Amino acid sequence: MEIFSSFWPWYVTGPLIGLYVPALYLLVNRHFGISSTFRDICAAFIRPSARYFQYDWKAQRWRLVFVAAIAIGGFLSGGTLATAPQAQVSAHTLSVLSSLGVKDFSSMIPADLFSWGSLLTLRGILLIAGGGFLVGFGTRYADGCTSGHSIHGIATFQRASVIATICFFLGGLISTYLLLPFILKL
Amino acid sequence: MVYFIVMLLGIFFGMILTNGEVTSWFRIQEMFRFDSFHMYGVIGSAIVVGALSMLLIKTIGVRSMQGEPVVIETKKLGKGTAIGGIIFGIGWGLTGACPGPLYALAGCGYPAFLIALLSAVGGTLVYGLVRDKLPR
Repeated sequence: MEIFSSFWPWYVTGPLIGLYVPALYLLVNRHFGISSTFRDICAAFIRPSARYFQYDWKAQRWRLVFVAAIAIGGFLSGGTLATAPQAQVSAHTLSVLSSLGVKDFSSMIPADLFSWGSLLTLRGILLIAGGGFLVGFGTRYADGCTSGHSIHGIATFQRASVIATICFFLGGLISTYLLLPFILKL
Repeated sequence: MVYFIVMLLGIFFGMILTNGEVTSWFRIQEMFRFDSFHMYGVIGSAIVVGALSMLLIKTIGVRSMQGEPVVIETKKLGKGTAIGGIIFGIGWGLTGACPGPLYALAGCGYPAFLIALLSAVGGTLVYGLVRDKLPR
Protein backbone atom coordinates (compact mmCIF):
# COMPACT_ATOMS: atom_id res chain seq x y z
CA MET A 1 0.00 0.00 0.00
CA GLU A 2 3.05 2.18 0.34
CA ILE A 3 2.88 3.03 -3.34
CA PHE A 4 -0.37 4.93 -2.73
CA SER A 5 1.23 7.22 -0.20
CA SER A 6 3.75 8.67 -2.64
CA PHE A 7 3.52 10.62 -5.90
CA TRP A 8 4.10 8.75 -9.14
CA PRO A 9 6.37 9.75 -12.03
CA TRP A 10 4.79 10.46 -15.43
CA TYR A 11 5.97 7.14 -16.91
CA VAL A 12 3.84 5.25 -14.39
CA THR A 13 0.82 7.54 -14.49
CA GLY A 14 0.61 8.05 -18.28
CA PRO A 15 0.71 4.39 -19.40
CA LEU A 16 -1.84 3.43 -16.71
CA ILE A 17 -4.22 6.13 -18.00
CA GLY A 18 -3.60 4.96 -21.59
CA LEU A 19 -4.75 1.44 -20.68
CA TYR A 20 -8.24 2.80 -19.96
CA VAL A 21 -8.79 3.22 -23.71
CA PRO A 22 -8.64 -0.54 -24.50
CA ALA A 23 -10.07 -1.48 -21.08
CA LEU A 24 -13.35 0.39 -21.60
CA TYR A 25 -13.72 -0.82 -25.19
CA LEU A 26 -13.29 -4.41 -24.01
CA LEU A 27 -15.53 -3.96 -21.00
CA VAL A 28 -18.47 -1.95 -22.36
CA ASN A 29 -17.42 -1.37 -26.00
CA ARG A 30 -17.52 2.39 -25.49
CA HIS A 31 -14.80 4.99 -25.69
CA PHE A 32 -12.92 6.38 -22.73
CA GLY A 33 -14.41 9.79 -21.96
CA ILE A 34 -15.45 11.66 -18.86
CA SER A 35 -17.21 14.88 -19.84
CA SER A 36 -20.22 13.03 -21.34
CA THR A 37 -21.22 12.30 -17.74
CA PHE A 38 -22.11 15.99 -17.24
CA ARG A 39 -24.83 15.42 -19.84
CA ASP A 40 -25.84 12.16 -18.15
CA ILE A 41 -26.21 13.95 -14.80
CA CYS A 42 -28.43 16.61 -16.42
CA ALA A 43 -30.55 13.97 -18.17
CA ALA A 44 -30.84 11.73 -15.12
CA PHE A 45 -31.32 14.22 -12.30
CA ILE A 46 -32.35 17.60 -13.73
CA ARG A 47 -34.36 16.24 -16.67
CA PRO A 48 -34.50 19.38 -18.82
CA SER A 49 -36.95 19.31 -21.71
CA ALA A 50 -34.33 20.38 -24.30
CA ARG A 51 -33.79 17.87 -27.10
CA TYR A 52 -30.09 17.47 -26.19
CA PHE A 53 -31.12 15.71 -23.00
CA GLN A 54 -33.67 13.35 -24.57
CA TYR A 55 -31.66 10.18 -24.99
CA ASP A 56 -31.29 6.84 -23.28
CA TRP A 57 -28.92 7.83 -20.47
CA LYS A 58 -29.74 4.59 -18.65
CA ALA A 59 -27.93 2.67 -21.38
CA GLN A 60 -24.81 4.59 -20.31
CA ARG A 61 -25.26 4.11 -16.58
CA TRP A 62 -21.79 2.54 -16.38
CA ARG A 63 -20.35 6.04 -16.96
CA LEU A 64 -22.05 7.41 -13.86
CA VAL A 65 -20.73 4.44 -11.87
CA PHE A 66 -17.27 5.15 -13.28
CA VAL A 67 -17.16 8.83 -12.30
CA ALA A 68 -18.69 8.25 -8.87
CA ALA A 69 -15.91 5.72 -8.33
CA ILE A 70 -13.32 8.28 -9.48
CA ALA A 71 -14.46 10.51 -6.62
CA ILE A 72 -14.00 7.57 -4.21
CA GLY A 73 -10.51 6.97 -5.61
CA GLY A 74 -9.70 10.65 -5.13
CA PHE A 75 -10.91 10.39 -1.56
CA LEU A 76 -8.74 7.32 -0.84
CA SER A 77 -5.58 8.78 -2.38
CA GLY A 78 -6.25 12.17 -0.85
CA GLY A 79 -6.15 10.48 2.54
CA THR A 80 -2.96 8.47 1.98
CA LEU A 81 -1.21 11.42 0.34
CA ALA A 82 -2.11 13.91 3.03
CA THR A 83 1.19 13.40 4.82
CA ALA A 84 3.32 12.80 1.69
CA PRO A 85 6.10 15.27 1.00
CA GLN A 86 5.18 17.66 -1.79
CA ALA A 87 6.35 16.66 -5.24
CA GLN A 88 8.78 18.95 -6.99
CA VAL A 89 6.87 21.48 -9.06
CA SER A 90 9.09 23.71 -11.19
CA ALA A 91 10.66 26.51 -9.18
CA HIS A 92 10.10 28.91 -12.07
CA THR A 93 6.34 28.23 -12.12
CA LEU A 94 6.17 28.68 -8.36
CA SER A 95 8.04 31.99 -8.39
CA VAL A 96 5.87 33.36 -11.22
CA LEU A 97 2.70 32.31 -9.38
CA SER A 98 4.04 33.83 -6.19
CA SER A 99 4.65 37.13 -7.98
CA LEU A 100 1.09 36.96 -9.34
CA GLY A 101 -0.22 36.77 -5.78
CA VAL A 102 -0.63 33.04 -5.01
CA LYS A 103 0.26 32.50 -1.35
CA ASP A 104 -0.43 28.91 -0.36
CA PHE A 105 1.92 26.32 -1.85
CA SER A 106 1.43 23.67 0.83
CA SER A 107 -0.72 21.25 -1.19
CA MET A 108 -1.74 20.35 -4.75
CA ILE A 109 -4.32 23.11 -4.77
CA PRO A 110 -3.62 26.69 -3.69
CA ALA A 111 -5.93 26.83 -0.68
CA ASP A 112 -6.02 30.63 -0.73
CA LEU A 113 -7.78 30.45 -4.11
CA PHE A 114 -9.87 27.29 -3.80
CA SER A 115 -11.60 27.19 -0.42
CA TRP A 116 -15.12 27.71 0.89
CA GLY A 117 -14.12 31.20 1.91
CA SER A 118 -12.82 32.07 -1.52
CA LEU A 119 -16.31 31.43 -2.88
CA LEU A 120 -17.26 34.70 -1.22
CA THR A 121 -14.72 36.61 -3.28
CA LEU A 122 -15.06 37.65 -6.93
CA ARG A 123 -11.69 36.03 -7.61
CA GLY A 124 -12.82 32.71 -6.17
CA ILE A 125 -16.17 32.78 -7.97
CA LEU A 126 -14.44 33.39 -11.32
CA LEU A 127 -11.87 30.62 -10.78
CA ILE A 128 -14.17 28.01 -9.25
CA ALA A 129 -17.67 28.56 -10.60
CA GLY A 130 -16.62 30.44 -13.76
CA GLY A 131 -13.89 27.95 -14.62
CA GLY A 132 -16.14 24.99 -13.88
CA PHE A 133 -18.93 26.40 -16.02
CA LEU A 134 -16.59 26.83 -19.00
CA VAL A 135 -15.33 23.26 -18.57
CA GLY A 136 -18.90 21.91 -18.75
CA PHE A 137 -19.98 24.16 -21.61
CA GLY A 138 -16.82 23.81 -23.69
CA THR A 139 -16.35 20.05 -23.39
CA ARG A 140 -19.87 19.33 -24.58
CA TYR A 141 -19.63 21.89 -27.39
CA ALA A 142 -16.33 20.31 -28.49
CA ASP A 143 -17.78 16.79 -28.01
CA GLY A 144 -15.06 15.66 -25.63
CA CYS A 145 -12.38 16.58 -23.13
CA THR A 146 -8.83 15.57 -22.34
CA SER A 147 -9.83 11.91 -22.00
CA GLY A 148 -12.25 11.55 -24.93
CA HIS A 149 -10.32 13.73 -27.40
CA SER A 150 -6.71 14.15 -26.28
CA ILE A 151 -6.15 10.57 -25.18
CA HIS A 152 -8.80 8.33 -26.77
CA GLY A 153 -9.23 10.43 -29.93
CA ILE A 154 -5.56 10.95 -30.73
CA ALA A 155 -4.77 7.33 -29.81
CA THR A 156 -7.31 6.28 -32.45
CA PHE A 157 -5.89 8.76 -35.00
CA GLN A 158 -8.84 11.14 -35.26
CA ARG A 159 -8.36 14.53 -36.85
CA ALA A 160 -11.12 16.20 -34.82
CA SER A 161 -9.31 15.21 -31.64
CA VAL A 162 -5.98 16.67 -32.75
CA ILE A 163 -7.71 19.97 -33.55
CA ALA A 164 -9.67 19.86 -30.29
CA THR A 165 -6.51 19.25 -28.26
CA ILE A 166 -4.69 22.18 -29.92
CA CYS A 167 -7.68 24.37 -29.03
CA PHE A 168 -7.79 23.07 -25.42
CA PHE A 169 -4.20 24.15 -25.15
CA LEU A 170 -4.83 27.55 -26.75
CA GLY A 171 -7.60 28.14 -24.23
CA GLY A 172 -5.29 27.19 -21.38
CA LEU A 173 -2.67 29.64 -22.61
CA ILE A 174 -5.30 32.40 -22.78
CA SER A 175 -6.17 31.68 -19.14
CA THR A 176 -2.59 31.41 -17.97
CA TYR A 177 -1.14 34.49 -19.66
CA LEU A 178 -4.14 36.83 -20.06
CA LEU A 179 -6.85 35.98 -17.54
CA LEU A 180 -5.02 34.67 -14.46
CA PRO A 181 -2.77 37.72 -13.94
CA PHE A 182 -5.93 39.84 -14.00
CA ILE A 183 -8.13 37.56 -11.88
CA LEU A 184 -5.44 36.97 -9.24
CA LYS A 185 -5.29 40.72 -8.60
CA LEU A 186 -9.02 40.94 -7.83
CA MET B 1 -20.32 -7.97 -12.95
CA VAL B 2 -19.48 -5.34 -15.57
CA TYR B 3 -20.60 -2.58 -13.19
CA PHE B 4 -18.41 -4.02 -10.48
CA ILE B 5 -15.31 -3.97 -12.71
CA VAL B 6 -16.20 -0.47 -13.93
CA MET B 7 -16.42 0.62 -10.31
CA LEU B 8 -13.02 -0.85 -9.43
CA LEU B 9 -11.49 0.73 -12.54
CA GLY B 10 -13.06 4.06 -11.59
CA ILE B 11 -11.69 3.94 -8.06
CA PHE B 12 -8.25 3.12 -9.40
CA PHE B 13 -8.56 5.92 -11.98
CA GLY B 14 -9.26 8.43 -9.24
CA MET B 15 -6.15 7.21 -7.46
CA ILE B 16 -4.03 7.40 -10.62
CA LEU B 17 -5.14 10.99 -11.23
CA THR B 18 -4.36 11.95 -7.64
CA ASN B 19 -1.11 10.03 -7.13
CA GLY B 20 0.04 11.10 -10.59
CA GLU B 21 -0.68 14.75 -9.71
CA VAL B 22 -2.96 15.22 -12.71
CA THR B 23 -5.25 16.81 -10.12
CA SER B 24 -2.59 19.35 -9.13
CA TRP B 25 -3.41 22.95 -10.01
CA PHE B 26 0.33 23.66 -9.88
CA ARG B 27 1.18 20.87 -12.34
CA ILE B 28 -1.35 22.21 -14.84
CA GLN B 29 0.09 25.73 -14.45
CA GLU B 30 3.56 24.28 -14.94
CA MET B 31 2.37 22.66 -18.17
CA PHE B 32 0.84 25.85 -19.58
CA ARG B 33 4.05 27.69 -18.68
CA PHE B 34 6.22 25.04 -20.40
CA ASP B 35 8.26 24.65 -17.21
CA SER B 36 8.24 20.87 -16.82
CA PHE B 37 7.85 17.67 -18.80
CA HIS B 38 5.59 15.98 -16.22
CA MET B 39 2.15 16.58 -17.76
CA TYR B 40 3.45 16.23 -21.33
CA GLY B 41 4.92 12.88 -20.30
CA VAL B 42 1.63 11.78 -18.72
CA ILE B 43 -0.55 12.72 -21.70
CA GLY B 44 2.01 11.65 -24.32
CA SER B 45 2.68 8.21 -22.85
CA ALA B 46 -1.07 7.69 -22.30
CA ILE B 47 -1.65 8.34 -26.01
CA VAL B 48 1.16 5.97 -27.07
CA VAL B 49 -0.06 3.14 -24.81
CA GLY B 50 -3.68 3.74 -25.85
CA ALA B 51 -2.76 3.72 -29.56
CA LEU B 52 -0.61 0.59 -29.36
CA SER B 53 -3.22 -1.35 -27.41
CA MET B 54 -6.02 -0.32 -29.80
CA LEU B 55 -3.87 -1.37 -32.77
CA LEU B 56 -3.28 -4.69 -31.05
CA ILE B 57 -7.03 -5.16 -30.40
CA LYS B 58 -7.78 -4.37 -34.05
CA THR B 59 -5.01 -6.63 -35.37
CA ILE B 60 -5.96 -9.66 -33.28
CA GLY B 61 -9.67 -8.91 -33.58
CA VAL B 62 -10.40 -9.18 -29.85
CA ARG B 63 -14.09 -8.84 -28.99
CA SER B 64 -15.68 -6.93 -26.13
CA MET B 65 -17.08 -8.73 -23.07
CA GLN B 66 -20.49 -8.65 -24.74
CA GLY B 67 -19.01 -10.67 -27.61
CA GLU B 68 -19.25 -7.76 -30.07
CA PRO B 69 -16.41 -6.64 -32.33
CA VAL B 70 -14.73 -3.52 -30.91
CA VAL B 71 -15.95 -0.47 -32.86
CA ILE B 72 -13.91 2.70 -32.43
CA GLU B 73 -16.21 5.66 -31.92
CA THR B 74 -15.58 8.63 -34.17
CA LYS B 75 -15.46 12.22 -32.99
CA LYS B 76 -17.28 14.72 -35.20
CA LEU B 77 -15.29 17.62 -36.57
CA GLY B 78 -17.07 20.97 -36.71
CA LYS B 79 -16.87 24.60 -35.64
CA GLY B 80 -17.70 23.43 -32.12
CA THR B 81 -14.52 21.36 -32.00
CA ALA B 82 -12.48 24.57 -32.13
CA ILE B 83 -14.80 27.04 -30.36
CA GLY B 84 -15.86 24.59 -27.65
CA GLY B 85 -12.26 23.43 -27.38
CA ILE B 86 -11.01 26.92 -26.62
CA ILE B 87 -13.86 27.51 -24.14
CA PHE B 88 -13.00 24.30 -22.30
CA GLY B 89 -9.29 25.18 -22.40
CA ILE B 90 -9.98 28.51 -20.70
CA GLY B 91 -11.91 26.70 -17.97
CA TRP B 92 -9.12 24.12 -17.65
CA GLY B 93 -6.57 26.91 -17.19
CA LEU B 94 -8.66 28.57 -14.46
CA THR B 95 -9.73 25.56 -12.40
CA GLY B 96 -6.57 23.59 -13.21
CA ALA B 97 -8.84 20.57 -13.61
CA CYS B 98 -10.31 18.79 -16.59
CA PRO B 99 -13.42 16.65 -16.02
CA GLY B 100 -11.70 13.54 -14.55
CA PRO B 101 -9.76 15.52 -11.93
CA LEU B 102 -12.92 17.52 -11.12
CA TYR B 103 -14.55 14.31 -9.87
CA ALA B 104 -11.36 13.16 -8.12
CA LEU B 105 -10.85 16.52 -6.39
CA ALA B 106 -14.50 16.73 -5.34
CA GLY B 107 -14.00 13.35 -3.65
CA CYS B 108 -10.57 14.30 -2.35
CA GLY B 109 -12.09 16.68 0.14
CA TYR B 110 -11.75 20.02 -1.62
CA PRO B 111 -15.27 21.41 -1.21
CA ALA B 112 -14.53 24.20 -3.71
CA PHE B 113 -14.21 21.52 -6.38
CA LEU B 114 -17.66 20.19 -5.55
CA ILE B 115 -18.87 23.65 -6.56
CA ALA B 116 -16.63 23.59 -9.67
CA LEU B 117 -18.12 20.19 -10.59
CA LEU B 118 -21.70 21.43 -10.12
CA SER B 119 -20.81 24.49 -12.20
CA ALA B 120 -19.56 22.18 -14.95
CA VAL B 121 -22.90 20.34 -14.90
CA GLY B 122 -24.52 23.80 -15.09
CA GLY B 123 -22.32 24.64 -18.07
CA THR B 124 -23.47 21.50 -19.87
CA LEU B 125 -27.09 22.30 -18.96
CA VAL B 126 -26.80 25.77 -20.51
CA TYR B 127 -25.02 24.30 -23.55
CA GLY B 128 -27.92 21.87 -24.05
CA LEU B 129 -30.42 24.73 -23.87
CA VAL B 130 -28.67 27.08 -26.34
CA ARG B 131 -27.14 24.39 -28.58
CA ASP B 132 -29.40 25.00 -31.59
CA LYS B 133 -28.37 28.67 -31.71
CA LEU B 134 -24.61 27.99 -31.73
CA PRO B 135 -22.46 27.63 -34.87
CA ARG B 136 -21.62 23.98 -35.52
